[in-house]
Amino acid sequence: MIVEDAICSFCGCLCDDINVEVEENKVKRVRHACRLGSSKIMGHERIRRPMVRKDGELKEVSYQQAYEQAAKILLAASKPLLYGWASTVCEAQKKGILLAEEVGGVLDSTATVCHGPSVIGIEEKGLPGATLGQVKNRADTIVFWGCNPAEAHPRHSLRYSSNACGRFTPEGRSAKKIIVVDVRETRTSKNADKLVIIQPGTDYEVISALRMLVAGKGDMVPEEVGGVAKSELASLSEMLLAAKFGAVFFGLGITHSRGRYKNIDNALSLVTDLNSHTKFVIMPMRGHYNVGGIGQALAWSSGYPMSVDFTRQAPYFNPGETAACDLLAKADTDAALIIAADPASNFPRTIVEELAKIPIIQIDPYENPTTLLADVVIPSAIAGVEAEGTAYRMDGLALRMRKLVNSSYPSDEEILDGILESVRSLRCSRSLQGGLKDDN
Amino acid sequence: MISGRTLAQGANCESKMSEDFFKAASSCYLSKEDYDLLGLSDGKNILLKNEFGKTVFSPRVDDGLRRGIVFIPMGPWANILIGPDTGGCGTPQFKGVEIDLEATNSPIQDIRELFGSIKRAEA
Ligand code: SF4
Repeated sequence: MIVEDAICSFCGCLCDDINVEVEENKVKRVRHACRLGSSKIMGHERIRRPMVRKDGELKEVSYQQAYEQAAKILLAASKPLLYGWASTVCEAQKKGILLAEEVGGVLDSTATVCHGPSVIGIEEKGLPGATLGQVKNRADTIVFWGCNPAEAHPRHSLRYSSNACGRFTPEGRSAKKIIVVDVRETRTSKNADKLVIIQPGTDYEVISALRMLVAGKGDMVPEEVGGVAKSELASLSEMLLAAKFGAVFFGLGITHSRGRYKNIDNALSLVTDLNSHTKFVIMPMRGHYNVGGIGQALAWSSGYPMSVDFTRQAPYFNPGETAACDLLAKADTDAALIIAADPASNFPRTIVEELAKIPIIQIDPYENPTTLLADVVIPSAIAGVEAEGTAYRMDGLALRMRKLVNSSYPSDEEILDGILESVRSLRCSRSLQGGLKDDN
Repeated sequence: MISGRTLAQGANCESKMSEDFFKAASSCYLSKEDYDLLGLSDGKNILLKNEFGKTVFSPRVDDGLRRGIVFIPMGPWANILIGPDTGGCGTPQFKGVEIDLEATNSPIQDIRELFGSIKRAEA
């Protein structure tokens, strides 16, 4: 059987033209996807059974036992961290938010080690955005700033940006101007008309210089900014102003560098300035396929897009305090539920050492370094392949992911339901016991 | 030092215990000039260190890099060199990190060795 137009659940492009050949409930072949997408859909070695650590070793248990152990850990903690969420569907994310509220924890997503600064910058300035369809159909000038889609979002250029042919861009790549700003040459820059190499950590200065040039105040710009000659920046600003419809895509090169959210804030201002002259839009290149979704789900339920503290009377958000890395670095959390993420690999080592000191519940289809530190391990179905649900593309478009094959593993949503029920019944039996004691 | 996504790292990021992920994420890319200057051509590894930690990588030449910049695929090896400070915005600085580097004959730690040394608290 061939499943046509399936959605790839790897990166924020959410390519929806994937054909998947399924035989006897197994994925045999994946067509149209890039190397990242095929590898994801084809799958890898799985965690087989739920496990709980006893005497230092992970021992197999039933799902029910794992749920109960997870519930005990969450209820014993005064401020559990519920972290991950970017590689699962919105239905599971909604359940996670409910769980965080019920146990009184902090819910944070992988955005905090990724586009978190973008989210903060966008909150400050607003996002002059567009859909990827609009970019495909209209953009004649495309800027990739601190991102390398050729390796991180391999089909972005062909489907939506530099090499896409759209309604008003029928000639595709040949009629577009592609600009790359980075600290190095990349596979993406090989396809560019103009490559501007800046010194690491100087994005803010370079953007400020461009803003002055765009505003016609070039006389105030020094001869060199961020290692780039003024003449080079002037020609870049001319290219931007010559656009009929320009699109800036930015990546972790700018969010992970010195300046962090202020870089984004400035880039958004540059795009606002450009809109006094021509049409320009800007978009973060979101990595995990549904990191946009957890932002949406959290925002519609708590008002904040990430790092939400549910331990108080009302949701509270202060990223330098309530983000996963800050909580761990300050030993301000005493248990962690990790879902669809691998902080042991992706957090700075010193923070991983802090994470290892608290009990960890892991929900994931695959073994990874977080498993080596976990106390409860619950294997799940792969969302977007073995479980259906909603995901948000990097431009904020909600798409429905189908189930491609059946699985004997429960979905993330079912697992969270199981934990939630155990939390409720444990709480109920404890209050009953408390009540009996009071009666005596 | 900057760390980031590569195709090989991304394709194996859901099979992190595999040999392929080890190969992809324990490499350190440098310019040809830096590579030659450090005398890495005879099969030596490269030791990277800073105030946060130190670890050994397999060196590779990347012609797209300028002198003085190294690129490491994101992952647990690169993260040994990243500090915990988030500058009040929740995100550590994964790029633009200062490091010292030298050629070494020491081997690269595999993923289990890397995490075997972390002290875990019993629940
Ligand atoms: S570009 Fe992204 S969504 Fe598209 S196939 Fe590749 S990994 Fe999947």
